Amino acid sequence: MIEVEHLTKNYGPRSAVKDLSFQINQGEVVGFLGPNGAGKTTTMNILSCILPATEGKARVCGFDTFDQSMEIRKVIGYLPETPPLYQDMSVADFLRFAAGLRNVPIKKITAAVDRVLEQCGLGDVRQRIIGRLSKGYQQRVGLAQAMIHDPKILILDEPTVGLDPIQIIEIRKLIQELGTAHTILLSSHILPEVTQICQRVIIISEGEIVAMDTLDGLNASMRHVRRLELKVRHPADGIQNKLEALDKVLSVQARGQDFFVIESEPDVHLQDEVARLALDQLWGIEELKPMTLTLEDIFLKLTTEEKEVKEALA
Amino acid sequence: MKSAFWIARREIGSFFYSPIFYVVTTVFLVLYSFLFFAIFSDFSQASLQAAPQAAALQKAGYSINANEMVIQPSLGNMGVILLFIIPLITMRSFAEEKKNKTFSLLLSSPVHLREIIAGKFLACLTVISFMVLLSSYSIGFIVVMGEPELGPIFSGYLGILLMTGCYIAMGVLASSLTDNQIVAAVIGFGMALLMWLLELPAQSSDSGMGMILEKISLRSHLEPFLKGIMDSSDIIYYLSFMVFILFITHQVLDSRRWR
Repeated sequence: MIEVEHLTKNYGPRSAVKDLSFQINQGEVVGFLGPNGAGKTTTMNILSCILPATEGKARVCGFDTFDQSMEIRKVIGYLPETPPLYQDMSVADFLRFAAGLRNVPIKKITAAVDRVLEQCGLGDVRQRIIGRLSKGYQQRVGLAQAMIHDPKILILDEPTVGLDPIQIIEIRKLIQELGTAHTILLSSHILPEVTQICQRVIIISEGEIVAMDTLDGLNASMRHVRRLELKVRHPADGIQNKLEALDKVLSVQARGQDFFVIESEPDVHLQDEVARLALDQLWGIEELKPMTLTLEDIFLKLTTEEKEVKEALA
Repeated sequence: MKSAFWIARREIGSFFYSPIFYVVTTVFLVLYSFLFFAIFSDFSQASLQAAPQAAALQKAGYSINANEMVIQPSLGNMGVILLFIIPLITMRSFAEEKKNKTFSLLLSSPVHLREIIAGKFLACLTVISFMVLLSSYSIGFIVVMGEPELGPIFSGYLGILLMTGCYIAMGVLASSLTDNQIVAAVIGFGMALLMWLLELPAQSSDSGMGMILEKISLRSHLEPFLKGIMDSSDIIYYLSFMVFILFITHQVLDSRRWR
């Protein structure tokens, strides 16, 4: 359904997305996971034909996002991070407008509006002015707008951001229901959210894919360790052995004569011990720092405990 | 083009919901009516004074004429008032969509950019036409009180409508440049005023440049319409001006996607 090949998007000198490639098959619910600013929104904007890519290709339902964008726009429903709602319209009027824009035949508009009002639980507020609805209801109207033309593919950018815990649970339930009949790509920076809703996860950081797998696969490939990088000025024999002999060290990899990666349990801080040893042995510390942006680190950043949501569920 | 009508319809509905529209319409009607009645009372005084010598004046080739003395200057005034008013109507076109992040709905829908622009343009044109229609009570007043020629009235309104289209096109362009409505209004007003004043240097010199500026100026093409002359070259000028400005708007919005 969605094929992305070597996608790159530059904003001036800064690249938001670098050489991204992935595929999404029909009927899948895929989570696009990454910290803020990772390039999720940019990728989604390219897929919904709002932005052109700088390099690379993206195809949706076999149509190219650049050459055949009108065809793609007919088959996708897009909910941007800020739902695009005209604050001065009533819910029903807005949905009629969205239906007209998406080429729903005039005779079928009323039926389509009734359908999404029902699906998104908006029946009670259909005549209310959008600007006076709560954030949760507005998010539902945004979702309803994306579904009005019964698209094959739904692209949802952070659909639960800024909602209170109860609203989050409701929206997730709604997305799960939709997932049975639609292909869905949704982005999030919250790991538990993705584990609840999605079958497959694409983890992206600083514009690049760091992992792409099913959740079980990801968990299996994850080694819960902490890594330290040590670079020394005076390479000597036996550095690796001496480092391994330190308490709580799991393993040490030598990368060349003077560069070592030390692994330990995730909650152990070894900097002091490593530094003391290096000073005693006169290796000369050139560099000693925790390794950044490994998959585990990104995962750690994402594994924010959702205390509030859990409480609301209980 | 169906999408353009959907967009125009939504836009017009939203005008009638916003207080800006009512304030602007009221200000427009008050200003126009004030100037109209000032001209009208001058005219009735003049015609009263001229009444005894009416026959003599007519023989000498002069006439006291409601078309020339009331309607023509009133429509000219309306052109000036619209110059100030229209940027306040057009300023929201794209600036508001960008500010409220609703533009992505239009951009991700199967709608061409030109249809979006056409929709915005049509909406503003409809709203301004409605305002002009409200102000036309004054002409009804003259038709009832006197016997004006109807031809120049129609051509005058056509000229006003065409020039309004040009103002709107410039206002929509200004709105596409920014997401701040005030900035859009100021730029739109500046462009419209410049195009209106362009003929000023021509009045003081006979140079070639002056002639060209006069031809480009929006105002110089309005005069014939007010006098009752409908020249196809003036109509073509206005229409091509609108198309050109809207084309630039298209390029501005399209190029924004690439940055």
